Amino acid sequence: MSSITVDGQHNGSIEGHNHHHTDAGHHGPAKGISRWLFTTNHKDIGTLYLWLSFILFLVGGVMALAVRAELFKPGLQLLDPNLYNQLVTMHGLIMIFGAVMPAFTGLANWMIPLMIGAPDMALPRMNNWSFWILPFAFTILASTLFMDGGGPNFGWTFYAPLSTTYGPKSTDFFIFSVHLMGMSSIMGAINIIATIFNLRAPGMTMMKLPLFVWTWLITAFLLIAVMPVLAGAVTMMLMDRHFGTSFFDAGGGGDPVMFQHIFWFFGHPEVYIIILPSFGIISEIIPTFSRKRLFGYASMVYATASIAIVSFSVWAHHMFTTGLALGAQLYFMFATMIVAVPTGVKIFNWVATMFKGALSFETPMLFCLGFLVMFTCGGFSGLMLSIIPADFQYHDTYFVVAHFHYVLIPGAIFGAIAAVYYWLPKWCGHMYSETLGKIHFWLSAISLNLTFFPMHFLGLAGMPRRIPDYALQFADFNKIVSIGSFIFGAAQVLFLYIVIKTIRSGAPAPANPWNAKGLEWTVPSPAPYHTFSTPPMIPAETH
Amino acid sequence: MRKPPSAKKTVRYLVILALCMFGFTFALVPLYDVLCKATGLNGKVDLDGPIVDGGRYRILPEEIPNRIVTIEFDVTHNKDMPWIFKPKHTTMQVRPGVVNSTSYFAKNTTEKTMIAQAIPSITPGIVAIHFKKLECFCFDQQLLHPGQEAEMPLRFVIDPAFPHDIHRLTLSYTLFDMTDRIKEDQTRG
Repeated sequence: MSSITVDGQHNGSIEGHNHHHTDAGHHGPAKGISRWLFTTNHKDIGTLYLWLSFILFLVGGVMALAVRAELFKPGLQLLDPNLYNQLVTMHGLIMIFGAVMPAFTGLANWMIPLMIGAPDMALPRMNNWSFWILPFAFTILASTLFMDGGGPNFGWTFYAPLSTTYGPKSTDFFIFSVHLMGMSSIMGAINIIATIFNLRAPGMTMMKLPLFVWTWLITAFLLIAVMPVLAGAVTMMLMDRHFGTSFFDAGGGGDPVMFQHIFWFFGHPEVYIIILPSFGIISEIIPTFSRKRLFGYASMVYATASIAIVSFSVWAHHMFTTGLALGAQLYFMFATMIVAVPTGVKIFNWVATMFKGALSFETPMLFCLGFLVMFTCGGFSGLMLSIIPADFQYHDTYFVVAHFHYVLIPGAIFGAIAAVYYWLPKWCGHMYSETLGKIHFWLSAISLNLTFFPMHFLGLAGMPRRIPDYALQFADFNKIVSIGSFIFGAAQVLFLYIVIKTIRSGAPAPANPWNAKGLEWTVPSPAPYHTFSTPPMIPAETH
Repeated sequence: MRKPPSAKKTVRYLVILALCMFGFTFALVPLYDVLCKATGLNGKVDLDGPIVDGGRYRILPEEIPNRIVTIEFDVTHNKDMPWIFKPKHTTMQVRPGVVNSTSYFAKNTTEKTMIAQAIPSITPGIVAIHFKKLECFCFDQQLLHPGQEAEMPLRFVIDPAFPHDIHRLTLSYTLFDMTDRIKEDQTRG
């Protein structure tokens, strides 16, 4: 990060200290499976998170491809509608809670202690627990697919009464797995905040924190604020289903629309939970490959905080068509549009960082540039959706699907992929193949647009979401979309190959392969099992 | 390893924050009810009928506007309620400020005596406060013996302040089986 400069001589002394202490009282990782089961090491746990996220990314991806195969041509050919609904639902749940969130938690585990000069996370044992809950949560969730009556088929938003009165029997397993995921996220978030607040190296003031740490700090507060709301919502569902309450049942004095209010009170900040860490990653990588400091560090911090605060007051823009009062609709429209201001500040700052920089286009930078262009497209379609009269036409069409995939894939996923390419040399001590990385980027970027750009037109022409069949006039675009999605899927298998190849046989990586700023580059590659047992020196110089 | 500073205090605050937010979710339920009742946003209507001017709802003849609102009468079938239940008229053209009467028909098709409660709902929700029921079977419960039929009256008036840009509203009733709940109350009482 621009704010921290540690010169080579300092590096030497830090490593020297490390080795000294390591030899004196510390051991390396345990052997075999028990290393992973009982580990409290932030690097091990980060690795576990990242692999789990990758596996679930592929699982969720296969589900999406099954959906796209069904939609390749009109009519019902491969999936019966109930299975189709289950796959659409599970794709959403797995990608959000299984792929994106654990990927960022994994990055936080790996990088935050390294970036702030801490020896580990503040609560290493809870860290182990918050990871190991997740495989069980997702096993429970996935097992519902094989149960009598099938898994959740009500969309990832699980609106009542679809998920209460009409939900399949397995919905209770779904509820339990959401509880588990929520617990894991809340514990992870508490751990991250405790680490950042208490374990910074001396001299690492808040306004010297790398932006990835800042965005994660704000994300963690969002998680603590809204994951309990999600837990509350599913608890109410459980009570409606089994304990005779009527939170969401009009028959007993409840209101199904209230479910949507509660869900989106969680759901909208959740959108920022899965994008803010990515903003942080972009803010690390763009300065490195522009060979400049990040433009407007402080404004980045304030913009992130304002996005987080505003995110609590825009939820009903998901519900314009539920019959809100006109005044409420207008308020939520304008509040939603306001989100574009701090986001615009960030986009401006990234572009200004590159302005007159000595740019080079290694794979992490390519993914960041892809992020910048395509995330902005997604942001614009979001602005279109925020306009009430337009939203009445776009609502529940493929336009919405196009919009949120444009912000999620180039936003969250490209951010995570860029982070993997950027820090992989630090994690495993090997360089990835630049050629393969560039092929991965271009395949992903082109196929992504092939997949999701036509969806805008499909939505404008009136193709509804979540339906396994469509009218004949949509056939051509759907064919293009399906082909694009298969190429995108294949590109991610290539990514898996690149990562494995790098770990096994990549060229050795120097401690600071990108000539980047930041404490994480002052430790050797691969990063030793224990780092910063002695706090590093933070120069007084600021940005 | 250097002894990390204690994070106990931070963690304690954060756990409390998480618990508060969990509680807040449940606090949203009464908050939402209060808000909806105050604004009539979600089509929930008062089950007790209008109380205006000390219990009587009076409209002076000069307040009666010369316009027509179409009322659609509707029934939402409850899957746990086997009664036959339908409106006498499916639509009525009414003038705001004029009292109108209609009725709903119900028949207990089961073999046992049942008590039902009708719950009304008005769409669009924002006009719910302008639909004043003077007499409604939904103010009480209905007891019907096996095979018994009933004509259940409804008298209402549309408030002259009814919004000018809305010309049509739907009143829908759902019947709920209260037999068990009322029996429980009686045994308890």
